[in-house]
Amino acid sequence: MTGKKRFTQGIQKRASWHIPDNQVTPESVFNDRRNIIKALGLGALGASLPGQVQAGIFDLFGEQKAQNPFVTQGLQYATPAKFVLPNPKTPEDKVTRHNNFYEFGTSKSDPVDNAQGFKVDPWTLTIDGLVDKPITLDLHELTTRFALEERTYRLRCVEAWSMVVPWVGFSLASLLKQAGVQSNATHIAFETLFDPDQMPGQKSRLMGGGIHYPYVEGLTVAEAMNDLSFLAVGLYGKTLPPQNGAPIRLVVPWKYGFKSIKSIVRIRVMDKQPPTSWNQLASSEYGFYANVNPEVDHPRWSQASERSIGEGGLFSAKRIPTQMFNGYGDSVADLYKNIDLRKFY
Amino acid sequence: MRISPRGLFWLKVLLHISFLLPAFYLVALVLTDNAGGDPVQYIIHYTGMGAINSLLATLLISPIAKRFKIAALMQTRRLVGLYVCAYALLHISAFISLDLLFAWGLLFEEVIKRPYILVGAATLIIILLLAITSPKRIKRSMGKRWQSLHNWIYLAAILAPIHFYWSVKSEIIEPSIYIALFAVLLFYRKDSIYKWLKPKK
Repeated sequence: MTGKKRFTQGIQKRASWHIPDNQVTPESVFNDRRNIIKALGLGALGASLPGQVQAGIFDLFGEQKAQNPFVTQGLQYATPAKFVLPNPKTPEDKVTRHNNFYEFGTSKSDPVDNAQGFKVDPWTLTIDGLVDKPITLDLHELTTRFALEERTYRLRCVEAWSMVVPWVGFSLASLLKQAGVQSNATHIAFETLFDPDQMPGQKSRLMGGGIHYPYVEGLTVAEAMNDLSFLAVGLYGKTLPPQNGAPIRLVVPWKYGFKSIKSIVRIRVMDKQPPTSWNQLASSEYGFYANVNPEVDHPRWSQASERSIGEGGLFSAKRIPTQMFNGYGDSVADLYKNIDLRKFY
Repeated sequence: MRISPRGLFWLKVLLHISFLLPAFYLVALVLTDNAGGDPVQYIIHYTGMGAINSLLATLLISPIAKRFKIAALMQTRRLVGLYVCAYALLHISAFISLDLLFAWGLLFEEVIKRPYILVGAATLIIILLLAITSPKRIKRSMGKRWQSLHNWIYLAAILAPIHFYWSVKSEIIEPSIYIALFAVLLFYRKDSIYKWLKPKK
């Protein structure tokens, strides 16, 4: 269901009970209709109908798109002890079904619903700019050129929810060292794939939430060289599904989630601060640094605590205090010694 | 056009069904794990949309009744208005219980500090007052004051879409459409709003 359709329905149906299309019949519901019918106790009713009639009934709810789940592959990796967290992990089916990836729609369930057909092969990641040796990596090299390791990181979204996620990948520094960052470089710019045919949010402003695409992000060279800065190619031991940023994404765990740019095609080393997407959209709300900081509120909500998404049902979540630098101060606080973090949020 | 008492009864039944169904649908979505990996934001948004759509519906009733001369329609306004209140209460309950997880201190702080939550809270108070004073008995005993209290619905119609617009991160197209729709419905009532706001002699 496209954003455009939702738009016109909003106008036409204003007289009666109107719910935007995406909330009414998400495709996952459509595909899961038999379970829903079962849950509603209507199974017996349906069973008495011949198969063709049953299919016909459900055709009323929408056009069936054959969308097989994206196929991920198992990865080989080490598990360094220093990146193991004692916290219980957020279950995989929540990590892969609750995503902000506006290229596939602005609601949390849009990415998993709309991204399963995403093509990562062929893929090219280019590292260029102020480097000694520009590098291009294809899909295969993303998972083979560097020794992979698993790191379990806390992820704190700027919307005040958080997860604990076991990523698989390699340090950003190891890639940048191979390319050879030149001495006059100050910043690293990152860019997401721009492909409106595959990413409906890039095609429709309504669906893409008004972000100027392609999505771009940036770090200082010192931040990028920090041991924590990570390029993830996998999640829960397997290659990334598209909704989590396949085939390669950044993970900077001491910054709000929007810094951790997904589906990267270009990393460019620069001598000035690059533009960053959310900062461009609302600079008073989202800064370049975007370090997790419980003392600096988002203008429209508090950042002092977060809803931690863990195991269990609706009421099992906990609200926990947010930690400075998301608890990674020991590794990164030095980077900001001389910076006023209220001003450079 | 005249509607028989029997017709009005069935119209009301139909309205009840159409306002209840979306709520049951939400329950079915959540129970069957079809409201996303973490359905909290989904539930809050869904019930908020339920409230704002019902509010649009209440404000549509009298223009339709006048345009098509169906006086009986006016008798459905209370029913629809109470659904506005029901969805608004579900919306705030979901926010407090599922998002804030009953952190009352945080709720209090947020209402004071965050304009969009303050606007939402003000809207809710108006809607609650109107719901509480909606029974016929209370209406009669309030006399003229009843109408002047219930004119506050116009303010709710301004605040509700502002709350929606202000709450989103960047998806402003849909809330902008709602602001426009409410503006049209209020423009349609400009004479009565003017009369309401004019200093009483």
